[in-house]
Amino acid sequence: MDTFILYLAAALCLAWSFAKSRGKTRIALKKAWKSFENILPQFFVVLILVALCLSVLDTETISLVLGKDTGVWGVLAASLVGAITLIPGFVAFPAAAALMQGGAGTVQIAAFVSSLMMVGVVTLPLEIKYFGKRAALLRNLLAYIFSLIAAVWVGWVVRL
Amino acid sequence: MKPLLRRYTVVLVAMAVFVVFLVLLPVYQGQALEILSFQTKTLLLVIPPIFVLLGLLDVWVPRERMIRLMGEGSGVKGVMLAFLLGSFAAGPLYGAFPVAAVLMKKGASFTNILIFIGAWSTTKIPMLLFENSALGTRFTLARLAIDIVGIVVIAMAIKALLPKAEVEELYRQAEKLG
Repeated sequence: MDTFILYLAAALCLAWSFAKSRGKTRIALKKAWKSFENILPQFFVVLILVALCLSVLDTETISLVLGKDTGVWGVLAASLVGAITLIPGFVAFPAAAALMQGGAGTVQIAAFVSSLMMVGVVTLPLEIKYFGKRAALLRNLLAYIFSLIAAVWVGWVVRL
Repeated sequence: MKPLLRRYTVVLVAMAVFVVFLVLLPVYQGQALEILSFQTKTLLLVIPPIFVLLGLLDVWVPRERMIRLMGEGSGVKGVMLAFLLGSFAAGPLYGAFPVAAVLMKKGASFTNILIFIGAWSTTKIPMLLFENSALGTRFTLARLAIDIVGIVVIAMAIKALLPKAEVEELYRQAEKLG
């Protein structure tokens, strides 16, 4: 659905641009291709890293970590799994909901969801290419610490 | 532009590791290949329109306007715009990096760039709706509230911790990448 809107937006903007100036549109598309081609090697590396990580850390393994109410260690494990993996929301949320119904702790689920979205270990090669080593590592580290704080907070609010 | 082979050395290494992994641990073969094809499809689906929009943005939005909207001194307006841009985005976080590069090239401030990255990672509206139906309103709103605070705090922390010279270097690099 959101991908459809993305295509619609791109098509509309492209049509508008083409109507205003063919020359500029051609330059825009050339730039688009150039910056895509520029970053393509990093994309390939990330794809391979994701395939490696997710084949070992499959949904069952993740459920094992999140499924039990394992206290502090469970929260840490959940956040680490979330930090490493790259799972689209439409897969992660229903899985998380099922686990929660199965008795998993809210804090664990929140730690997993937060670090899944904010921290990207496997996408680091891409992030470093754009933001440099220091900024990329710093952002991921801070986001990781934050996802733990967010998890405790969400757990507290849900229990209220 | 570096020679093709040198640019793709890392890819070749990663591919070699992948093949070794498949040979040594045949248990994971099916799953690894399935995930690789799924992720490749996602990437090929999401990335082209993002780059087309980026190319158009690059050509049509003048630098002066971007500086006024999101540059240093754009204040609360710039922060709001960074949040909105990130929240209306679609696709995984890796889609945000090339967008950030073009925004940098156009003169958006570093803090706003970091807020944009943060918003893209967690306050995307389609994802919030999804989270709401799967995990409940209380869970989603609690997370959203602290995320908004967290995104701003993380952005300010990185900006404060990163040497000024390095930020300037990143902007120079964005010229080439965007």
